[in-house]
Amino acid sequence: MKNIVEIEGINKIYGSNHVVRDLSLSVGEGEFLTLLGSSGCGKTTTLRMIAGFEEPTSGTIKVEGKSIEEKEPFERNVNTVFQSYALFPHKTIYDNIAYGLKMKKVPKDEIKSRVKEMMELVQLLGYEKRYPSQLSGGQKQRVAIARALINQPRVLLLDEPLGALDLKLRKQMQIELKRLQKKLNITFIYVTHDQEEALTMSDRIAVMHDGVIDQLATPTEIYEHPATKFVATFIGETNTYDGCISAISDGVATMTLENGAVKVACPDDFSILEYATVSVRPEKMRFSKTPVEGFELVAQVKDYIYVGSVLKCIVSLPNGNELKIERLAGQELPPVGSRCYPYWAPEDAVLIHNESHYYFEALKNIKLA
Amino acid sequence: MKEESREKRIKKPSGDTLSALVMVGPVTLIMVLLVAVPLIYVAVMSFCSIDEYYNVIPRFTPENYERLLDADYLKIYARSVFIAFITTVLCILIGYPFSYVIARTASRKKKILYMLVIIPFWTNSLIRIYGWRSFLGSSGWLNSLLISLHIVSEPIELLYKNGTTILGMTYCLIPFMILPMYTAIEKLDGSLLEASSDLGAKPAATFFEVILPLTSSGIFSGSLMVFIPCLGYFFVSDILGGGNSDMIGNLIERQFQSGNNWPLGAALSIVLIVLTLVLVKLYQKLGGDMDALGV
Repeated sequence: MKNIVEIEGINKIYGSNHVVRDLSLSVGEGEFLTLLGSSGCGKTTTLRMIAGFEEPTSGTIKVEGKSIEEKEPFERNVNTVFQSYALFPHKTIYDNIAYGLKMKKVPKDEIKSRVKEMMELVQLLGYEKRYPSQLSGGQKQRVAIARALINQPRVLLLDEPLGALDLKLRKQMQIELKRLQKKLNITFIYVTHDQEEALTMSDRIAVMHDGVIDQLATPTEIYEHPATKFVATFIGETNTYDGCISAISDGVATMTLENGAVKVACPDDFSILEYATVSVRPEKMRFSKTPVEGFELVAQVKDYIYVGSVLKCIVSLPNGNELKIERLAGQELPPVGSRCYPYWAPEDAVLIHNESHYYFEALKNIKLA
Repeated sequence: MKEESREKRIKKPSGDTLSALVMVGPVTLIMVLLVAVPLIYVAVMSFCSIDEYYNVIPRFTPENYERLLDADYLKIYARSVFIAFITTVLCILIGYPFSYVIARTASRKKKILYMLVIIPFWTNSLIRIYGWRSFLGSSGWLNSLLISLHIVSEPIELLYKNGTTILGMTYCLIPFMILPMYTAIEKLDGSLLEASSDLGAKPAATFFEVILPLTSSGIFSGSLMVFIPCLGYFFVSDILGGGNSDMIGNLIERQFQSGNNWPLGAALSIVLIVLTLVLVKLYQKLGGDMDALGV
C-alpha cells in the first residue's frame, strides 16, 4: 500500500502549550485511519494541520509526496468534514454541495449532474432547494459529507463528524460512512474520542495522548495488545496491576504484585526484575472458589451488576483495589461477601512496559563521551 | 353550565387586564405625552395658516404642503438624498473593514479598538464638528501646515462645500454604521470561513460568497441608521457647509428659527417623518432585523 499522507516530526506549540509533540504518521492510500484520544490530546490540532487551518511549528506534512505545510487550505487536495458541519446557512443544500465545484469553475452542466449523483449517494434527493436550518442533524451530516466528497479529494479529514448525533443515528452513520469509504476508496483520517466508534470503523487506530501517538495499530491489535497503560485503560474496560517480574520460564512470567504473585505470558522484550503492568480484560478474568496454581490473589465479591447478556462482578482486593470480571449470565457464582480467587489464562493477560522502562532504554542508548 | 363556565373564562382575564393596566399605564402615559401629543401638534400645525405678523392662526390650509413642491425645495431634497447616500456609502466602505478588524482581533485589543469608536460617540457632536471647522478653516491647522510646508502659497478653501458636509456627516454617523456591522461580523462562525477555504475558495471568493452575504444584515441596518439621521443633522451642514449644502434638516430649522414660519416647518417635518417611516417599513419588508436598529 502506497502512503498518501506522510507526517514527519511535526510540533505545534501555542505559547507555553506544547500541543503536538514530534508526531510522525503515515497513512496508506484508501486507508481508514482514526486519531483517537481524549479532548486536549492534540488529535484535532493534527487534523487541522493537515487541512491547513493551523501551521505546524516545525516538521513536514506530505500529501502524495509533496510538502504542503506552506500551502493555503484552498490549495490543498484534501477536504474536511467539520464537527459543527459548517454548512453555509444562506445557501440551499444544492448550492452547499456545489460550492467546491463552483470555486473550481467547473461547467454548470457538469456541476448539476455531479451534485445529483452526490445527493443520490448520500440519499438526499429532493432536498435541493431546502436550507440547512430545515434539515435534521443526520441530514446536515450527510450534506457536509457530500459537500466534501464531491471535490474528489485524495484524503478526507473528518473531525468528530458524528459527535452531535444521538446514539442510534450515530451507529447507523458509522456503518454508512464505512461503506461509503470502501465504495469510493478515499483515504479517511477520522478524529474521535469515542473508542467504540474507532474500533468499529478503522483500518488502523492511532491512540493519542498528550500530543504523542501512544500506539498505532489495527483495532484488534490495540484492543488485545495495548502498548501502554494509557491505551489499555482508554480502549475498553480493563483491570491493570503494577508489579515486578520475578521469574520467567517458558515464555510465562511470574509477576509479584502488591497482593501476591500472578502468571502472565511474557514477550521476549521483557526481562527479569523489570517493573511492568499487567492488563486483563474483564471478559478474560475468571474466579474460582478454591486457590488456583500460580495465582495468589484473594478477593471478596462485592457486587453483581446485571447488564443483559453478561453479568459484571466487582471484587475487591485486600488493598482496596477493585477488579471487574465479566461472566455470562446464568452461571453459578459465589455469593456476595464470600471469598474468591481471581485468575486468568496467562496468554489472556497482556504485559505492558512501565514508563520507566523507556527511560532505561533511552539511558542505555546514550553513549558516554 | 356551559354558559357559566364560559362566563368564568371571560371574567378571569379581567383581573389580569387591571394589573396589566397598572404595569403598562405609566409607560403609555409617558409615550402619549411625549410622543403622540407633540406629533399630533406638529401634524395639526402643518395645516395651519399664518397672518402677516407670522403668528400661527388655526385656519385650515393645504398651502404649506403645496409650497414644498417649489423648485428650490426640490433641489434641496435631491441634495439631501444625495449627501445622505454618499455618506452612507462612505460609512460602509470605511466602517466595514474597521468593524471586521475589531470583530476578528483578540479580545484585549478588541476592547481598545471598540472604545476608540465609542468615546467620540459619547462626545458632543457639535463640539466635534466645530473641531473640524477649526481644523479645515482658512487659518486652520491644515492650511497653516500646508503653507509652512510650501505646498500651497495661499490658504485653500476647504469649508462650505458639499464635500465638507459629507466629511462631517460621515465622521459623526460612522459609529451608527460600525456598531451593527460589528455585531453581525462577530456572530459570523469562523468554521464557515475555514469550510469555504477548504472547499477551494480563494480569500476574495470567500468574502463575496460567505462573509458578505452573512454580514449584509449589519450593513443593511447600519445604512438605515446612517441615512435617516443624515437627512436631519442640520448643524453639520450648517457649520461645515455654511449654507452652500443645505439639507432638509436646515430647511426645517430655518422655518422654526429665522424664517419664523412654523406651519411650513411643521409640514417639512411631517414629510421627513413620513420618509423615515417609509424607509423603515421598506427595511422591514426586505427582511431587516428591527432589533438591530435598537428600537
